[in-house]
Amino acid sequence: MNVSSLTPPELGSLLKQAGIFLQTGSFITHLQTSIPSVAEGIGLLYADYPLAEQGGFADFHVSLAPPRDLRRWFKPQVLFLSDGDAPFKPLPLDQAFPMLEWGLNWCVSSHANRYLIIHAAVVEKGGHAAILPAPPGSGKSTLCAALVHRGWRLLSDELTLVRIGDGKIIPLPRPVSLKNQSIDIIRRYEPDAIISRKVSDTITGTVAHMKPPTDSVTRAAETAQAAWVIFPKYQAGEAARLEVLPQSRAFMRVADNAFNYSLLGTKGFETMANLIDASRCYDFTYSVLDEAIETFDALKPPAPSM
Amino acid sequence: MTSPPLVIQALRQPGALTSLSLADWDLLLRQARQANLLARLHALLDERGLIVQIPPQPREHLEWSHASAERHTQAVHWEVTMIRKALAKTGAPIILLKGAAYVMANLPSARGRLFSDIDIMVPKGSLNEVEAALMLHGWAATHHDAYDQRYYRTWMHELPPMRHIKRSTVIDVHHAILPETAYVHPDPEKLRAAARTLDGYDGLKVFAPVDMVLHSAAHLFHDGELEHGLRDLVDIDSLLRHFSDTPSFWPGLVERAKELELTRPLFYALRYAALILHTPVPSDAMEAAQAGCPNRPTLALMDGLFTRALMPPHPSCSDWLTDTARRMLFVRANWLRMPPLLLARHLFHKAFISPKPEE
Repeated sequence: MNVSSLTPPELGSLLKQAGIFLQTGSFITHLQTSIPSVAEGIGLLYADYPLAEQGGFADFHVSLAPPRDLRRWFKPQVLFLSDGDAPFKPLPLDQAFPMLEWGLNWCVSSHANRYLIIHAAVVEKGGHAAILPAPPGSGKSTLCAALVHRGWRLLSDELTLVRIGDGKIIPLPRPVSLKNQSIDIIRRYEPDAIISRKVSDTITGTVAHMKPPTDSVTRAAETAQAAWVIFPKYQAGEAARLEVLPQSRAFMRVADNAFNYSLLGTKGFETMANLIDASRCYDFTYSVLDEAIETFDALKPPAPSM
Repeated sequence: MTSPPLVIQALRQPGALTSLSLADWDLLLRQARQANLLARLHALLDERGLIVQIPPQPREHLEWSHASAERHTQAVHWEVTMIRKALAKTGAPIILLKGAAYVMANLPSARGRLFSDIDIMVPKGSLNEVEAALMLHGWAATHHDAYDQRYYRTWMHELPPMRHIKRSTVIDVHHAILPETAYVHPDPEKLRAAARTLDGYDGLKVFAPVDMVLHSAAHLFHDGELEHGLRDLVDIDSLLRHFSDTPSFWPGLVERAKELELTRPLFYALRYAALILHTPVPSDAMEAAQAGCPNRPTLALMDGLFTRALMPPHPSCSDWLTDTARRMLFVRANWLRMPPLLLARHLFHKAFISPKPEE
């Protein structure tokens, strides 16, 4: 059963009462909330996601609720609760859906230590994954959103999970977060894209989320092999350009973008070393999305090491 | 009486976990995570070779916490090395306390135990020198308010916690195990005299077995913050089980408690470890420990308070009296910490004069 098999009123009342058991990649989140904007966002962006057994095992127990204080009467807020605990300060109620997305990222990045977790988008084609680590503002999510509408499969927009042991990339396809100008850029680039309504004045500016392609969601159990590590950088007026990055530099820069690299100790080092070893690494400058897609489509996977 | 929370059942009988349903695992993981005992569960199952029999979904969570615990142990070793280096020139004898001591002495209580601060004890006369050496090596004071400084320095048994500016690790430097203002004064000199040098670490010591148990008991049953109460009781359980193998341990324990004025916390420790975690305590030891038993009404009250407050801080382990029990024990701990007049003054200052933390 998928989220789309519930009518909006059914979804709303289930979320309000028992909560839903939402399967995203290999994780099940028990989510409970009575906030309408969250139900709306779930219905719109998570329509294709499977619902796990109601009341069964869940990895995370999450709820979004207004804090119980006087402020709710004049300046309503929202709290993200992980099994009753609030890891973050409350935000304005209007930001409830983005907060859910951030909170779900936190659930994975602060617990799932069987993976090396890199703050990076990751897309796949022909079994080969391209990892796009980058600081905010580099155009990583914009590029990722464009790629997944041009034949690349979304594995994740924020969290690249590299399994310790075999180094496989474990998909965690979830809505792609778009910020500021990139919301309209993607709207123009892919008029069919389903994008949630804009929420302004968040800590990262105006944000909206884009529904991942159905194919990416249904194939969430298919792992992939890392083939490229590409640091994108949007630069107005520049032609698309790949520059080979020495592996040693790439290693350090990916490690800087990993959530649990040092926590994993030796295992983190080995997993990272194998990942970089198996990948071609580049700096990538672009300004026109179509040129960027062309460059990506022309990428050659590294020769299998044997 | 309803059956105890799953996490308590799990700690009593880790072997029974192999037959748990997935729905029960869901609840158990949540209780254990709130009590900071998830990695401990992994350790208990691992010791018994049972990890492979756990269903994949909960096993995944146990492995996650195990990864943190492994890293934690490494980090503690490194931090202790850094502290030792920083304090080498002072020549002050350093005794590691609690978590750091369990890790460095490689005791079973260290397995799967996560903690945030490193606690050490040094002679009161060396405090200034130790503090200066730590500052020179990158640790900085955390409490800048003048009142807080005075609170720690005049009345407490420790310096204000210090945080390393690069590693963000926190060290608590103690000169005794209870506040100066408390109504009992376990003599730090006696504790120091009995302390044991760690194998392979000259100048680094840990408490003798009986003192380790008594310190853990004093800490748990004198402290008002019981969020880690169950974890601390698990420490006591594990220490008692481990040291039980030494014949002189049990007879020496009560004697030492008398010597250090800690018969009351020892009584509570044995009582609640046996009651809650089914820790095996020999009957003659339990009998001797009665020396620390309070009068009947007090005992009845304490039973009511501790059996609630020592449960994991999770809604599934609480009843309508749990919050009240935690609050009353918080008040009790402050009462034990300072004489009434001083306490009134302290609370007045905290309530009306100390700057409020920013929202």
